[in-house]
Amino acid sequence: MIETSSTRISKRFLRVWQRNLKVYKKSWKISFIPPFLEPLFYLIAFGVGMSGLVGEIHHQGSQISYVSFIAPALIGVSIMYNSFFETTYASFVRMYYQKTFDAMLATPLSLEEVITGEIVWGATKSLIAAAIMMVVISFFGFIRFPEGLLLLPLAILGGIAFGSIGMFFSGIVANIEMFNLPVFLFITPMFLFSGTFFPLENLPHWAQQAAFLFPLTHLTSLARAFSYGQIHLSLLWEIGYLLLFSIIFFPLAILKMRQRLIK
Amino acid sequence: MKSERGSGTQTHFSGQHIVKAENLLKKFDGFVAVNRISFQVETGKCFGILGPNGAGKTTTIRMVYGFSPMSGGSLKVFDLDISRDWRRIKSRIGVCQQENSLDPDLTVFQNLEVFARYFNIPNKEARKKAKELLDFIALDHRLNAPVTELSGGMMRRLVLARSLINHPDLLILDEPTTGLDPQSRHQIWEKLEALREQGISILLTTHYMEEASRLCDRLIIIDHGLILVEGKPEELIQQHVGKHVIEIAGPTQELRSFIQSTQFPYEDLGHRLIVYCEKSGDLYQRITRDFCKEGCLMRMATLEDVFLKLTGRELRE
Repeated sequence: MIETSSTRISKRFLRVWQRNLKVYKKSWKISFIPPFLEPLFYLIAFGVGMSGLVGEIHHQGSQISYVSFIAPALIGVSIMYNSFFETTYASFVRMYYQKTFDAMLATPLSLEEVITGEIVWGATKSLIAAAIMMVVISFFGFIRFPEGLLLLPLAILGGIAFGSIGMFFSGIVANIEMFNLPVFLFITPMFLFSGTFFPLENLPHWAQQAAFLFPLTHLTSLARAFSYGQIHLSLLWEIGYLLLFSIIFFPLAILKMRQRLIK
Repeated sequence: MKSERGSGTQTHFSGQHIVKAENLLKKFDGFVAVNRISFQVETGKCFGILGPNGAGKTTTIRMVYGFSPMSGGSLKVFDLDISRDWRRIKSRIGVCQQENSLDPDLTVFQNLEVFARYFNIPNKEARKKAKELLDFIALDHRLNAPVTELSGGMMRRLVLARSLINHPDLLILDEPTTGLDPQSRHQIWEKLEALREQGISILLTTHYMEEASRLCDRLIIIDHGLILVEGKPEELIQQHVGKHVIEIAGPTQELRSFIQSTQFPYEDLGHRLIVYCEKSGDLYQRITRDFCKEGCLMRMATLEDVFLKLTGRELRE
């Protein structure tokens, strides 16, 4: 072949993104509810229920309340969930059951554009969720502005990273039930052990090392820094890790989908 | 994003052959699905690819519309090379795939609207075209229905309308009427005939011989990835079967010997004899007079006779 994968991506991928947006708009009122209520539930449960038990948390040299510790992490988790579940279950349904990708591939769209459109859509859902949660959490005063606005580009970066790995799994699973494996072996451990609900320092040393491989660790850490307005150069390493993760899994997702769909 | 198919500026392909396939080869893990076949589709005509299940029909047309990469050979559509100019080619063809790929998340109208965007057709033009097409397929009264509420026939008509959204020069149909009731099937045929009148070139696969006889100007019958015959439907019938067919149910031994002695080509299926003949009036009269009063039937030869004669009668599953 004369062409490479990258030359098959034009901005026509936005047509795929637009298709998903159109479907989303049909039920946006319902889609808006989870990112609106979820942080409320967590903040109430942990703020009212757990704070008394936990007290204050030692974070980067200062004492902060437990609720303000977990609030940015909730945004990080939501960024992960929204793109990952979009490019796994939702994309898989479109690809496998609805044959939406097959129909698209009979038009001037390339496979690369279809997959890119899906991943970028996943990141868009992360962005929407993060934005709604930011508004809710801001009312409790846990986000400092204008630094907090950096959470929005962070949602896109995190969305691309988790959307890419989600699409990679969509390219390799035999059936939709098999998504349980990456969810329980990858997503759930990250949800619990990425410095989300307790500081990483509470873990044994080896577990801390392992946690640094989790993209959510870095996403959470960045979400905290942006929420508290603690911007410093070392954050570049964490951004770099998320970028690296995307640069690896984005082409891998395209490769696996190509092997799966193009026969 | 420049529209590659503006409504007013389209130029129809004027070459003699809209599709040229030479030594087209497709292998899947060592299994040869399409074995170096060559064929050409004349511009403005309807060309059929017939064959039993697994013969390589779908694989062949998937290569033509750029879905499957070829393993060998050359393939030109609109005189363009499919492996290099795939995007230009795909923007000028319409495809009806075998499996229903309508978007169940969208309504009838939105299906056309969203599909038009994949071709970079401007919204206003897309909506106008969508209305025209829904009118053409008699679905204009179901504009806002979710596609999941449509009947099988309606869905297939909508798939047809969707494949016409970009004013294609070439329409590719993979078993367009499989699974439809006779009414729906005839409706699709009428629509396809109307399209052919408009000068659109059609490439279709089917295993309904009636469909092929009615729609195709030329056709090939393929099996095991190879072309068995090529020609016009009536020529093929004439060449391979003759004019008439006499079918005899439950033939006696005497009748068998008689048929043998007449030198007419025939097939013996055990419980049934099938005799192919050019002028059959006398033979039929003799059979019904001397051998059997019932269970003997004379009819015109059809493409189905050709098909079964060439591809055999054993089941393909």
